Amino acid sequence: MDVLKTIKMFAGGAFIRSESGATVPYIVEGEELARVCVASKKDFRNAVTSAKTAQSVWAAKSSYNRSQILYRMAEMTQGRETELMNLMMASELVEEANVGEEVQKAVDTFVYYAGWCDKYQQVMGGLNPVAGPYHNFTAPEAVGVVSLVTSEKFNLSQIVDNICSIICGGNSVVAVLSPESSIFVSILGEIFHTSDLPSGVVNLLSGKIEDLATVMAEHMEVNSISFQNENETIYFDMRSRSIDNMKRIIGLNQNSRSLELITAFVEQKTVWHPIGV
Amino acid sequence: MTKKKTKTKTKSKTKKTFKFEYDAAPESFKVEIEEKYYNFIGGEFVKPKSGKYFDTVNPATGKVLSKIALSNEQDVDAAVKAAKKAFEGEWSNLSGLERGKYLFRIARIIQERSRELAVLETLDGGKPIKESRDVDLPLVAQHFFYNAGWADKLEYVMPGKEVAPIGVCGQIIPWNFPLLMLAWKIAPALAAGNTVVLKPAEQTSLTALRFADICYEAGLPAGVVNIVTGAGETGAALVEHKDVNKIAFTGSTDIGKLIAKNAGKTKKKLTMELGGKSANIVFADAAIDQAVEGIVSGIFFNQGHVCCAGSRLLVEESIKDVVIKKLKKRMKQIRVGDPLDKNTDLGAINSKDQLKKIKDLVKQGQKEGGEFWQVESELPPRGNFFAPCFFVDQSASSTISREEVFGPVLSISTFRTPDEAITKANDTNYGLAAGIWSEKVSKVHEVASKLKAGVIWANTYNKFDAASPFGGFKESGYGREGGRHGLLPYLEVK
Repeated sequence: MDVLKTIKMFAGGAFIRSESGATVPYIVEGEELARVCVASKKDFRNAVTSAKTAQSVWAAKSSYNRSQILYRMAEMTQGRETELMNLMMASELVEEANVGEEVQKAVDTFVYYAGWCDKYQQVMGGLNPVAGPYHNFTAPEAVGVVSLVTSEKFNLSQIVDNICSIICGGNSVVAVLSPESSIFVSILGEIFHTSDLPSGVVNLLSGKIEDLATVMAEHMEVNSISFQNENETIYFDMRSRSIDNMKRIIGLNQNSRSLELITAFVEQKTVWHPIGV
Repeated sequence: MTKKKTKTKTKSKTKKTFKFEYDAAPESFKVEIEEKYYNFIGGEFVKPKSGKYFDTVNPATGKVLSKIALSNEQDVDAAVKAAKKAFEGEWSNLSGLERGKYLFRIARIIQERSRELAVLETLDGGKPIKESRDVDLPLVAQHFFYNAGWADKLEYVMPGKEVAPIGVCGQIIPWNFPLLMLAWKIAPALAAGNTVVLKPAEQTSLTALRFADICYEAGLPAGVVNIVTGAGETGAALVEHKDVNKIAFTGSTDIGKLIAKNAGKTKKKLTMELGGKSANIVFADAAIDQAVEGIVSGIFFNQGHVCCAGSRLLVEESIKDVVIKKLKKRMKQIRVGDPLDKNTDLGAINSKDQLKKIKDLVKQGQKEGGEFWQVESELPPRGNFFAPCFFVDQSASSTISREEVFGPVLSISTFRTPDEAITKANDTNYGLAAGIWSEKVSKVHEVASKLKAGVIWANTYNKFDAASPFGGFKESGYGREGGRHGLLPYLEVK
């Protein structure tokens, strides 16, 4: 007899159920594969608290160190190759013939962003040749806590891409995975948990964006939103609602592996200092 | 004991000070102002369909300078149509190099006509002639010159990606740096290949309309730059127009949020350069006399009508008394008066409304405790003037400590450790700029890295350059203006 488990969410470095206790069955071909959590507004707020604390710790690490931790994620993903492939097949989200390739794409995405951690600053920042005796430079720094809404459709490497483009620049993330992707919340959490990533930098919730859009858009500690879902109505509503703390909203943009995405989640800081004896 | 001693010293010094009187040194250039101004649409000056006009006033005298078109939705529609036509036609057919040449040409004409523009700016806006002449106009020309050279190099803005212009940009600018804000908006937009409809602030439309004349003189294709004048409703019509692809706004956070709320419901791209309550931190190891100069230029430059003004002075506790003493002495030397006088440091407050707002906030501040000090200066009998002042030791939650006054009003408080200074500096919803004064370089870098602000001035303040990105964190808005970073908000990344 199979023991059906509940797929726990991952927040503040711990594997958690929803504080509300809400779960729904994850059904494949009429059969219940597992139960998945439905994140409540309070779950979201708790995760933001963790993300806020973790962000300064993460941003304070050297870029070289962040790079190694992202590379560690690639290693941890490779190590869970079989488990990931099995879950893709069991959930019937990916054709059996393609599961290996899908895992490899996710690994490659981690490797891609691991390389960016200590390089985007030079590409996107620089010395500004001002017309006066001043040393003037612009350097990017993390925007803070970023909330991520993933696509309704499951795509492992896309989820990895969305998360990495945020954490690469020293931000922390509270991601809400769509119902279809929710079965992967625990295993993704394990990958982040075993990669020397400080607790709370990546938080993974599962649930319906319809339930969480308002709290996400209006939360004053969320600095930016990466909206990668297909629901345009929710996107425009969130954009309009998020003005209280002037959130930066990056949306409806399916560009992957892109410097542009990293740039979207950083602030550019310019520092002036006089030159003279 | 020590306190008593200091008091006696101060008294004896005060007695010895004497005042130099300057002769009036008025700017003699006469600028011609027409009786009435129309919108600049599709390369021509056209009467507003609204048929309405409003007065533009010299804030230093209260005299009406001219009548300006009060544009309605139809006028905005005509301007957007002209911009769309230019974008879909002639302007997009030009190579980047050719587009750049127009901007270079505009930069040259601005340089050649800079005296006329500076005088006009001062007449219409009240800022001292020495600032419009030595700060605003050189920067205006530089922004066109700098961005001109980007027009054929856009592939370097986002390395590894193809970029394209966005289309029609609706641009709304404030009254504090009328022509400079126009340059910040129009120069990068055009370099990136867009066309624009710009609405100047209703208090200060004259230099924007003179700029329209320069576009005409430069032979810029019709419809690439359109200027529609008016107030809030005109701006709202521009924001709501369906054929506007991008909104760039500089102004108050309240209006910025309203625009973001409305435009957020659409696909329009947004750049917002909003308010600030920037901290200017003076450590005990600073060069104090230089810091005092920095405090003065930080808050009293342009009558304090500066979004990035260093309006919150944070002084290390051990040097509080000496800084305040020196600051008072320095502030007494600030010459408040006729903006057209070349010796004037602090000109006219931009409008009656703004003067009332400043007075109301100061009154509110006086009710909330702390010490208030204002220079006793003789103000001109007419016009909008306000003497520089400061509050000391008000609570961090007080009105003056939190709200953007946009006037020559400084808030002073103290701190004991660098961490406390950083916490206090970051304790605001804004994040536009900050100042740091210390002779210890490692400390400057540490503090700069921890301040949540887009522009950090270390051992200087209120410096601007076309090559230097400007813009804020948090509720001070998003997007950057200036430098390579300033091109990005005007481009679509493919």
